Amino acid sequence: MNDWEQALSDTVDLVPPSGIRKFFDVAVSMDDVITLGIGEPDFVTPWHIRESCVYGLEKGYTSYSTNKGMLPLRQEIANLYKKNYAIDYNPAEEIIVTVGVSEAVDLALRAILNPGDEVLIPEPCYVSYKACVILAGGKPVPVPTKIENEFRVTAADLKKFVTPATKALLIGYPNNPTGTILTEEELNGLAKFAEKYNLIVLSDEIYGDLTYGGLEHICFSTLPGMKDRTILFNGFSKAYAMTGWRLGYAMANPVFIEAMNKIHQYTMLCAPVTAQVAGIEALRNGEKNMHKMINEYDQRRHLIYEGFCRMGLKTFEPKGAFYIFPSIKETGMTSEEFVENLLEREHVAVIPGNAFGECGEGFIRCSYATSVDKIAGALNRIENFLKNI
Amino acid sequence: MRELLQLLEHDARRPVKELAAMLNKPEFEIEEAIKKLEDDRIIMSYNTLIDWEKFGDHNVTSVIEVNVAPQREVGFDAIAERIYRFDEVKSVFLMSGSFDLLVIIEGQSLNKVADFVARRLSTIEGVTSTRSHFMLKAYKKDGTIIDDKEDDRRLVMTP
Repeated sequence: MNDWEQALSDTVDLVPPSGIRKFFDVAVSMDDVITLGIGEPDFVTPWHIRESCVYGLEKGYTSYSTNKGMLPLRQEIANLYKKNYAIDYNPAEEIIVTVGVSEAVDLALRAILNPGDEVLIPEPCYVSYKACVILAGGKPVPVPTKIENEFRVTAADLKKFVTPATKALLIGYPNNPTGTILTEEELNGLAKFAEKYNLIVLSDEIYGDLTYGGLEHICFSTLPGMKDRTILFNGFSKAYAMTGWRLGYAMANPVFIEAMNKIHQYTMLCAPVTAQVAGIEALRNGEKNMHKMINEYDQRRHLIYEGFCRMGLKTFEPKGAFYIFPSIKETGMTSEEFVENLLEREHVAVIPGNAFGECGEGFIRCSYATSVDKIAGALNRIENFLKNI
Repeated sequence: MRELLQLLEHDARRPVKELAAMLNKPEFEIEEAIKKLEDDRIIMSYNTLIDWEKFGDHNVTSVIEVNVAPQREVGFDAIAERIYRFDEVKSVFLMSGSFDLLVIIEGQSLNKVADFVARRLSTIEGVTSTRSHFMLKAYKKDGTIIDDKEDDRRLVMTP
């Protein structure tokens, strides 16, 4: 009898298991659960985008595209960055279309890391960063941040963890799970740090369109001297509510893009062409719907922030993405105990903060990408839960 | 103010407390704003969109194109008023194009609506012709899709 566990690669063993799996199984077994645990928009992809995909199928867009993606799509991406951030990316050489940002991050890490290379990752952060670094043969180096500083990372924080093996810095702002965004001054601090230690910056800006309260997103590549050393990621999932289409892209200097394309052509070949057709429509005509969605997220953001403040849970006002990250330390429970008990007693699903890094312990992530009625209902149940512990 | 109106247009029953939180304003300000919008008749009424068909009522709705001879000084307004005062009439619009007034009528049966058109509407002085169309099925009404099958298909927890 073979022991197949023994047959698995050592690298796979190093990847931590999902922090939400066990709660997921409980949550799906309840029919009256209200979930604030979903990391994707509650809007369905706007109709004009879906319709363009249907039209594309009717017209026979069913074959492979070029590895880097359809040129008209790359051109629209370049136009978007020119318009929004006044930055030039050459669609022929500096943009690659991928199967979601997830693939783009994986490609970038595999393209730049040698065994033992270290990647600084401010935490809490999206769950796949650490795993992708490990799978690429690198060593993830978590850099903890604190609620006192609204989970912002500074150059001083990073400096404590830099070594001669540090190759890159992987950041994601606006942040999942905290909703934190960084100011220009703070980003400039990180830019100078990257320059000083000659680091490649991987900047995941998938939530870049979702900022609130008049705060504009700053694209990392636009900072002085940063375009050349930054691999920028964005996609269609959040701003255009297109998660299931699996469509993202990376932008960087031609050397990085070419190296990423080398891996992409052998492992993925190209992003789904049906999604690419829809992506062109999203970029050409999707702005109005996007702003409508952002406006609704903003209203829900106020509602949920006010709700947690009223309950007396320590939290800060999130300025981007669609998450809020309140502290539950005062309850005396760990994140996982809190999530488990809340789910069991009040049938509300949230994500334990420690799923996003050790320093997320003592917090929960709540997504406000859900209807106002559900948010209001969940807040009532959480308030009730807190009263009875 | 626009945002408040949009929220109320979508759901008139949303509590003031929630509206205030969503718009990041104190409750009294929202209450005052609603009061003023009502007084100014910008908010005209709070209605409920009901699927009467589902409830079991099988009313008949007719869209009628009406041609009228406009009258001196009052134009189309006087005839429009004579029409919209009837309870059966749900909506009346002055139109550009090949007819003048668009009248929407609801009645309990085809006969009753036809009777109304023949006896009441077409006999009004100044009405020169009518053309009736009966609605067979409503797919979308006032921005709401009647039989919306797009449920939330997301997984219950995702990172």
